[in-house]
Parts: sequence; structure tokens; C-alpha cells
Amino acid sequence: MDLTHSPADEAFRAEVRAWLGAHVPSVPLPSLETEEGFAAHRAWEAELAADRWSVVSWPAAYGGRDADIVRWLVFEEEYYAAGAPGRVTQNGINLLAPSLFEHGTPRQRARVLPSMATGEVVWAQAWSEPEAGSDLASLTSRAVRAEGGWLLSGQKTWSSRAAFADRAFGLFRSDPDTPKPHQGLTYLMFGLRAPGVTVRPIGRLDGKPAFAEIFLDEVFVPDEDVIGEPGQGWRIAMSTAGDERGLRLRSPGRFLAAADRLFALWRSRDSPAWAADRVADALIGARAYQLFAYAHASRLLDGGSIGPEASLNKVFWSEYDIALHETALDLLGQEGETADTDWSEGYVFSLAGPIYAGTNEIQRDIVAERLLGLPKGRR
Amino acid sequence: MRFLLDAEQRAFAGSLDAMLTAADTPSVVRDWSRGEHGSGRALWSRVAEAGVFALAVPAAHAGLGPLPVELAVGFVELGRHAVPGPLAETVAAAALLAELADPGPAERLLPALLSGEASATLALDGSYALDGDAATVRLALTAGGLRLAPGHGPVRACLDPARRLTPLTAGGELLSTAPPVEHALTWARLATAAQALGVGLTLLDRTVAHVRRRTQFGVPVGSFQAVKHRLADARTALEFARPLLFGAALTMAPADVAAAKVTACEAAYATARAALQLHGAIGYTAEYDLSLWLARARALRTAWGGPAECRAAVLSGRAARP
Repeated sequence: MDLTHSPADEAFRAEVRAWLGAHVPSVPLPSLETEEGFAAHRAWEAELAADRWSVVSWPAAYGGRDADIVRWLVFEEEYYAAGAPGRVTQNGINLLAPSLFEHGTPRQRARVLPSMATGEVVWAQAWSEPEAGSDLASLTSRAVRAEGGWLLSGQKTWSSRAAFADRAFGLFRSDPDTPKPHQGLTYLMFGLRAPGVTVRPIGRLDGKPAFAEIFLDEVFVPDEDVIGEPGQGWRIAMSTAGDERGLRLRSPGRFLAAADRLFALWRSRDSPAWAADRVADALIGARAYQLFAYAHASRLLDGGSIGPEASLNKVFWSEYDIALHETALDLLGQEGETADTDWSEGYVFSLAGPIYAGTNEIQRDIVAERLLGLPKGRR
Repeated sequence: MRFLLDAEQRAFAGSLDAMLTAADTPSVVRDWSRGEHGSGRALWSRVAEAGVFALAVPAAHAGLGPLPVELAVGFVELGRHAVPGPLAETVAAAALLAELADPGPAERLLPALLSGEASATLALDGSYALDGDAATVRLALTAGGLRLAPGHGPVRACLDPARRLTPLTAGGELLSTAPPVEHALTWARLATAAQALGVGLTLLDRTVAHVRRRTQFGVPVGSFQAVKHRLADARTALEFARPLLFGAALTMAPADVAAAKVTACEAAYATARAALQLHGAIGYTAEYDLSLWLARARALRTAWGGPAECRAAVLSGRAARP
């Protein structure tokens, strides 16, 4: 049992730190949930990619650095400690790319991944539908066979960043006659500006267009945009869902940096006693999450995989994120009411955590049934 | 970086678990609660034979350590089986004696502690000592230094009947005027955190088994979502206490150990509340074994620094960093 990093990993850390020190914008970028902020973040992604820092865990052939999971964790720690901007490309990098690495064709990878790494093409996830949220298998949007491809019709919703993104990936019902709802689904990529696509931005709680509805009316998608075999979409998407709940989407580095910022805020307000326990819990929670990730990484390096433990992880970080931001807003007092600070932006973002990526109610069911062995029951 | 227990550490846990499973610890706990220490002493020597008390003591004093990770592994098992007695206190006393500038007291007292022939209790100034009536070495850390207390006061009945608190008699031999108090406290907190995690794990296991078996409205209670979610939360809390415990064992930084202590104890206590609720009235009885772990979870929460004290230690640890 060992927490010290190898000299090579420490050298990697030093390299990351030096690069970030020279490149992180001195003034925070505007919110990436606005048109102006989205563009600024896209430019930042290009800057990261120019020196191969945008996708460190990918193979070098696609713009990465072949970093293993430990180095990825180190990168994330340094990234957020340096106060670097939030990642506008995260849906593509963390959710679509793992599916392409596992189930995509070499041609798809060559076509999709490089422009994802540079931020030239920003991807949105199009999974949820008005009647299919936690019960995702009940989705009804269709993919109908056409010459050389498929015609997509139906409606997707709650699609994060679809208001400004370029392309999306989602599940469509390609065979309506299967006996079970999670059969007959196909995983497809499509353009958000393709003929037949209408995107309607939806303002989140603070009014910023953080997500959108997508209406599809016979949108043509070529066969080369099917991920894996038609009809096998559920299995492929579920491997992505594990990534979404697991480490990648909420890296420990982000929370370590946030807890440190909270501690600094508390001290700058004369360390009020009423907040002491909550600030301590924020520091402890970030450390717990970091060490949980290191244990997880060690298992992965030993050939293990992320199973239902990803659900534990998701419940933990999503509730932790809210508690941390609530403490910050309480410390800020009236200033916490204002909507243009990193803390208020982070707070609004954190509120969605227990809802997306499979609600925490569903995650607790998974923990209870798959980790504790409790019997299935009525939801 | 390889943050996982190795095969030897897992084997150590497994052998302790097997030994303690065979020892019928619930009846040992009940004897101990009545002040009958015979079965507890017998178990104590087997824990010592397994090397548990030698893990905090360096080889210079004939110990096996310091091996805080192995100590944490061992104490998780002691907690899982609700082993009674001044366990954390004996470890802390041994670690403390081994660090004194004058080697005399260690040479005199440590061999019997390591072999399990003797047990120790340790009290901070003005606090009660755990099991002062059963321990053979009673150490008092006072403002004037470390003393070997000559005796103990009346035994107080406790919410955990197996944890018997006594005052220590004032005076006695002065062993050191400048004992490393924080060192002792760190070991005591680490051992207590590990014990609490073990207590929580057993409470969860027993409750899961219960709700799978117990039926109401014609279905297992464990199929109800409210029940599942309570247990899922308990599992989440315990699983995030575990890395803090082993991370703290690796650094032995007081702030890290305090973080592990508060987190493991809060997780165990939350699990105890869930366990009691989900067992219903049977969980509320002293005759059912669950009570042994329920009471322990409550007591460990306060032992060696309650939640507020540990959180304060975390904040001062952070403040000391750049």
C-alpha cells in the first residue's frame, strides 16, 4: 500500500504544472453556458490541444499522451489547482470517446476523435426524452432504415450544451417489435445543424441556456455514424453510463481545488465558527474522494473494472458538490445571492448532479441490489 | 502509487477474522460487561499472539512496527467482531512508552503488553480511563507529565455496557515529564477509526441479512425502496471512510488521522441508526446481539476526540499547509 508517486509521474506533474502556469488565463472565462463563454472555452480547448493537454489519457495517435489512470488523476489535480477553465468538451471526451474506443471502428475513431480533442467539434449527449429519463429504456425516438443509413425522428431533451454544440450522440429505437424495451436500440451520432434538426435552448434555473431540446424530423444519418452493431445500443450506452457515474466526469482534482478555495474563503471571512464543521467536512470529503479514486485506479491497473461501485461514487460526489457550494454561498452572505460569481455558477451546476447521469434514487437502487444483494422491488 | 492492501495484509485480516469468528465474541462481550474478565483475557492473549499490539512498537523495543496500515487492518477486524477491552488504549500506551526519552519504562512495561500478558489503559488529564478495573497498566497523561496511576476509582455503568469507564487514582510514579502526547493520540485515533469502520461493516452486514429474511406485506422488507436507500447510504458512507483510514495510516499526519476518525465514526454511527431502525423492536433489545455493535458505534464516536474536536484538527492541519 503506497501513496507516493513514481519519479516519472512526478516529472509528469511538474510538466503539467509548468504548462498550466504559463497558459491558464489570468481572468476567468465567461460562463460556458453562454454563447460568448462557449466560444471562449472552445478557444481554450484548442490551446490545450495544441500542446497535447486536452486528452492526456488518449493514445498519442489521437492527440493524447497515453497517460494511465494515475497520471490522468495527477493531471486533473494540477488542472483544477491551477484554476484552469471548466471543460466544454467533457461530454464528448468522457462519454462518447470511451464508447468509440471500445465499440467504434478505426475509421470512426480517425474521423471523430481528432476534432473532438481540439474542440473544433463539440459534442452533446442526447439520451433523455420527455418520457424517458431514469427509465431510459422506454425511449421512443426512432431510427428507420434508409438507403445507406437511417432516418431519425422524435424528440430528445435535457441535452447539456446542445444549444451551442455541433454534434450529438444518442440512442434510437430501430426495432419497435422487440419483446423487451432495452432491445432494438441503436447508438448513433448526428449533426445538430443537419437538415431536419431543430434545437430549442432551455434555460436552467439561472436562465442560462445550459441544455436544450432537440427535435428530429427524418434526419438522415449514414451507416458510418452507427456505433457498434444496430440493435446493440443499450449495451454500448451502458458502458458509457458507467463512465459518466464513475471517476471521469467529476475528477477528484476538481473537488480538492474547490475545497481549498472554500477553506480560503472561510479564512478570508475571519473563520466563523458556525461554518467550521462544514468547511472541515468539505476538506475531508475531497480527500476521501481523492483516495477512493486512487484505490479505484489501483484496481483498474490490476486489471479490474468499474462496476456498480460507480453508483456509490456518483451519489457521493453529487451530494458533496452541493454541500460544498451551499457552504460557500452561506459564507458569502448577501454576496452569495449574486449570480455572476464562480461560486454561484458552481452552485447552480451542482444542483443538477443528483438528477443527471441516472438519478441518485436509481443509483441507490443499484447499490442496494448489486452491491448489497437486496431483492428487486417496486421502484 | 498502489493504494490497495497487499496479499499479506489481506491474509492477516483473514486469519484474525477466522480466529475471532471461532471465539464466539458476543459471549465474551457479555462476560466483560458483567466485569467477568476471564474469557476476555483469554481472547486478549490470542489477539496479542496475532501481533496486534506489537504493530505500533518499533523493532528497537521488540515490536513489529511501526506498521500503522497493518494495525488498521487488524483493528477493522476487532471492530467487526466487537472485541471488548482497552484495545486502542493498549496500542496507544505501547506507542507512547516506546517514544519516551528515557527507555526505562518501556523496557519494564512493554514486553508484557506486547505478549498480551498485560493490558494498558490510558487517560488524558481529567478523562475517564476505559476498563481501569481490567487493565494492568494504568497510564495518566496529566499536565505534569505521564504517571503510572496506582489504582482506579469506581466503575461507571456505560451506554455500551462492555466499555467500563473509571477515574484513575491521582499520584503514582512519574514516568516522563514530556511525553509525546500527540503521538499517543494519533495511534489511539487511528485504532479507534479502524475499529469503528469494522463496527459499521458488521452492522451493515447483519442488517442486510435481516431485511432479506424478514417479510412484511408478503415480501422481503429489503425490497422496499426506503429500506434499500437507507442501506445504500450506509454503504456509501462506509466505503468513503475506508480510503481515509488507510490514507491516514500511510501518512500518520494528525490531521489525516482526525479526518479518518470523524468519518469512520460518523459512518458507523449512521449505520447503527439505520440498523436499529430496520431491525425494528428486536434491535432495541439487549438480548439480541446487534445491541453489542449498536452500543459500540455510539461509544467510539466520542472516544479519543469527538466529531467537533477531530474536525478542528483537520482545519488546523490545513491551516498549517501553504
